[in-house]
Amino acid sequence: MPTYGKGLRGLSILTFATITVALILVFFYVPLDATQGFIQKIFYIHVPLAIVSLCGFVFGGVLAVMHLRTGDRRYDMRSYVAIHMALIFGVAALVAGSIWAKASWGHWWVWNDPTLVSYLIILLMFATYMPFRFSIEDPERQARYASVFAILGGAFVPLNFIAVRAAQQYVHPRVLTLTGSNLPGPMLLTFLVSLLGIALLYITLWKYEMAAKNARIQLRALRRRLLGDDDLSPLQRSAAPSL
Amino acid sequence: MKTALAVLRKDLLLELRTLETIPAMALFSITTFVIFHFGLNRPTVDGQLAAGVLTVTLLFAGILGVNRLFVAEREQGGFDAFLLAPVDRSALLVAKAGALFLFLLALEVIAVPAFSLLLLGPSLGPALPSMIAVLALADLGIAVIGTLVSALAVQTRARDVIGPVIGLPLLIPALIATARALGPLLGAHGPAALPGKWLLILALYDLVFALIAYAVFDFLLED
Repeated sequence: MPTYGKGLRGLSILTFATITVALILVFFYVPLDATQGFIQKIFYIHVPLAIVSLCGFVFGGVLAVMHLRTGDRRYDMRSYVAIHMALIFGVAALVAGSIWAKASWGHWWVWNDPTLVSYLIILLMFATYMPFRFSIEDPERQARYASVFAILGGAFVPLNFIAVRAAQQYVHPRVLTLTGSNLPGPMLLTFLVSLLGIALLYITLWKYEMAAKNARIQLRALRRRLLGDDDLSPLQRSAAPSL
Repeated sequence: MKTALAVLRKDLLLELRTLETIPAMALFSITTFVIFHFGLNRPTVDGQLAAGVLTVTLLFAGILGVNRLFVAEREQGGFDAFLLAPVDRSALLVAKAGALFLFLLALEVIAVPAFSLLLLGPSLGPALPSMIAVLALADLGIAVIGTLVSALAVQTRARDVIGPVIGLPLLIPALIATARALGPLLGAHGPAALPGKWLLILALYDLVFALIAYAVFDFLLED
């Protein structure tokens, strides 16, 4: 059984350092936005959070494909943790975006912005992932069905963006387009460092949760060997996979 | 294909004999039009508002059909029987999506005239051919995604809740495209040109989800 703790300390330090550098850049290096002023700095947190969480959802879908292809239940666990973390990042991105919207557009929620709306739809869809898992009792079936859900969701992410974006005019500033970046140099640098920091944070937290889940499963296996099946307290039904 | 047709025939026969789904969907949609009438406090609607009312009503009525789709299989062991039979499993997806598509068409044959009678301001006639094209594409999307979601939800404990909660976000893009395509058709001063962009998006959406459904459906039947 693999342990996910390997390299975790180095990764944690790297994440911490990158985020610290990113914050220093955000507050002391990058110039104030000409029109929005100080509040624009939330952009360096909000956008990376949103991008990383979307990538997390797609990552969960890819892991789910691996699960269905190989039948290895550990992929289901990885997929679960990926989506779990992406959901947390997603809620954070939504809150940060809402604050930014209030400050710069004057409303907590703006319907005529496709990026915001498509993001909300994706979050609504993935918010059902946990209740869905929870309401399937058989763990093997839970893993399989959750993988189908994750694949569906992973494919839904880009499709939904296309559909919603076609529906509305752009209010959201386009930061990264297919033709390149619209940001001036210092802002781009700060943004990329922030993106890297948040991405590293995602990976670190993913590894932490995997390590914790893994340790719990191994502990349970050891207890079973020690005490026998009868004396072990039965597993509580949970949305999380139990190998 | 033969298997799919056999299952489809079974489903249609079952529906004809029990009349459990389509009448409920139709009745639900008519009641919803009445609710919209009072909720909006308007004698007639037109344009984008009419398109929205119609699309939302059809979508929610469709969800009723989605919830019922696999109930017979689950309660009466149809899944086990199907798995025991030496047939391609995707046939069940094709058959069920086909059945749901036909249910939705039957629903619209009742609901669209009822909508025109009860709520729609402009006359339905000139817009009808384009509307049929839009609604057929929308039905295809609801049928494919609905079948997949129904198969996902039917094995869960909270199936009546899980189905719509997963299905509705997945159907939002289809709903956007349908409502936006229907909007110009139901304009107060006669139908405008059909917006091709939305038909294209709808068709693309249907196609992609049909492919995904085909790829993953087998995993929902394994046991």
